[in-house]
Amino acid sequence: MKTLVLGVIGADVHAVGNKILDHAFTEAGYKVVNLGVMVSQDEFIKAAIETNADAIMVSSLYGQGELDCQGMREKCVEAGIGNIPLFCGGNLVVGKRDFKETEKIFKDMGFNYVYAPGTMPDVTIADLRRELGE
Amino acid sequence: MSYALFTDIGSTFTKVTAADLEACRIVGRAMSPTTIFDDVNIGFQKALALLTEQVGHPMEFDFRLACSSAAGGLKMVACGLVPDLTSEAARLASLSAGAKVLKAYAYKMTDTEAQELTELQPDIVMLSGGTDGGNSEVMLHNAKVLADCPLSFPVIIAGNKSAAGEAARLIEEAGKEAVICPNVMPEFGKLNIEPAREAVRKVFLERIVDAKGLRELAEKMDGDIIPTPAAVLDAITLLSRGTRDEEGIGSLMAFDIGGATTDVYSVTNGCPVYPGAMLKGLPHPAAKRSVEGDLGMRWNARTIVALQGEELFAQDAGVTVEEVRQTLDVFDKTPDILPQNEAMEKIDIALAKSAAKNACERHAGHLEVVFTPLGERYMQTGKDLTDVKWLIGTGGPVITSKDPAAILSEASFSEQEPLSLRPRRASCLLDAKYILSAMGLLSQKLPDVALKIMKNELTEI
Repeated sequence: MKTLVLGVIGADVHAVGNKILDHAFTEAGYKVVNLGVMVSQDEFIKAAIETNADAIMVSSLYGQGELDCQGMREKCVEAGIGNIPLFCGGNLVVGKRDFKETEKIFKDMGFNYVYAPGTMPDVTIADLRRELGE
Repeated sequence: MSYALFTDIGSTFTKVTAADLEACRIVGRAMSPTTIFDDVNIGFQKALALLTEQVGHPMEFDFRLACSSAAGGLKMVACGLVPDLTSEAARLASLSAGAKVLKAYAYKMTDTEAQELTELQPDIVMLSGGTDGGNSEVMLHNAKVLADCPLSFPVIIAGNKSAAGEAARLIEEAGKEAVICPNVMPEFGKLNIEPAREAVRKVFLERIVDAKGLRELAEKMDGDIIPTPAAVLDAITLLSRGTRDEEGIGSLMAFDIGGATTDVYSVTNGCPVYPGAMLKGLPHPAAKRSVEGDLGMRWNARTIVALQGEELFAQDAGVTVEEVRQTLDVFDKTPDILPQNEAMEKIDIALAKSAAKNACERHAGHLEVVFTPLGERYMQTGKDLTDVKWLIGTGGPVITSKDPAAILSEASFSEQEPLSLRPRRASCLLDAKYILSAMGLLSQKLPDVALKIMKNELTEI
């Protein structure tokens, strides 16, 4: 069974989407290590190390995702899990910016998959299957 | 009449306590220097003779039990993966088993660390790492390091279950004993230390009792010899929770301030009390023990004074800086000295207060304020002890102090450090007859009687 570390990053307390994703990924056959809301980069990475996770799933709903996610890939590299796939989605930036632009910012930061607001869990699950070679 | 005898083999003194199991009272206690390097029975017999003399008539004991912290106590090393996750879980498990944790290693151990481990000479090593089904690479690496170590300590494997068998094989092939028990952190953020604690007790009994020269005594006893701090933790857990027939006294903390270290215990779930506070990090055990190796009344008196600063310490104690310096010199030369004059008494109380405060601060959880778009939020790490009902003082320096209540209340919540979750309105109890370890032993056989004796003998101050 593949393991996913899931959480809402930064000082973000939006708990509903997190519960929905937990449910959807579990239903899809993944072992979900749900860290809940207000999760720091360190917590994601430490949890991924102990659980030998196959991917890290980061949500951000409050517009500060760009700040919160900066340097996460570098930290993974430092911690010895530099190749772990990073997924992120939600309302990642403030205001109505073009999603292509947002996607580029996060891809440049080292996130492998970036999702626009309103993306259904099925889309992410299909990407996970491909990424994890299932 | 029905009596039981309890023996506590300490590093300096062998203490014996007799309890009347019908009246639920302590009938007497006595002590004599520990004779561990000779035959431990000599000191035990002497203490027993003193006790009989004190009570005034010979007693027939229904049973005899013993605990020990002699020959350096139970020395352990913990190994885990991430420092504040499995490494911390292994450390907490070892502490609750009554061990002195010499060092907790994290990640893959290096050659230098392997060398250091050899020099530390642990009695037992606890090896963990990875959640069940999680990382196995690091635990297997460390198993190899432990296997290659030239010492013969037993290893308790309490890590990723998928790698435990392989780790045990590596260690056994090197001629060491390996004991597999359930993971201390089976799932992320979930602590499971009870099985590891049991495994330590078992190994202690089978292996360490012999190594520490306690076999002759063990043969005279009617139950397992356990490490003294484990007995204390058993006693206060019983006192807090009660039994089916006898109610406990509720959430509590206990402080044992010694010459070299300060032990702090808490029995309460420690869940967030502060409205809206969220729990972060590894949850701490409901029955938790911590040991501060740098806070002690004699061998570490200088450290305590330095923590506060010499002048401030002198001011708080109500003595001059010169008196503090002189007293510290005396303590260095004669660590077993009792206070000889008024200045020394004041310094002793100030040392104990500072030890209680600092040790409690480290034991207790704390809040962190986080500013979010939805306003202030609080994140809690560790246990919230603000609602704890009782503070129990035990150990020589607190028991013999002129003002034990002042020492214990120093551990309480302070407006100056509002984010440190220490007890807000606890009452103080004194273990004046030093019975906690004895009652921990008794709790194995007659929990109801042990609970009643503690209720009778601990005095509110």
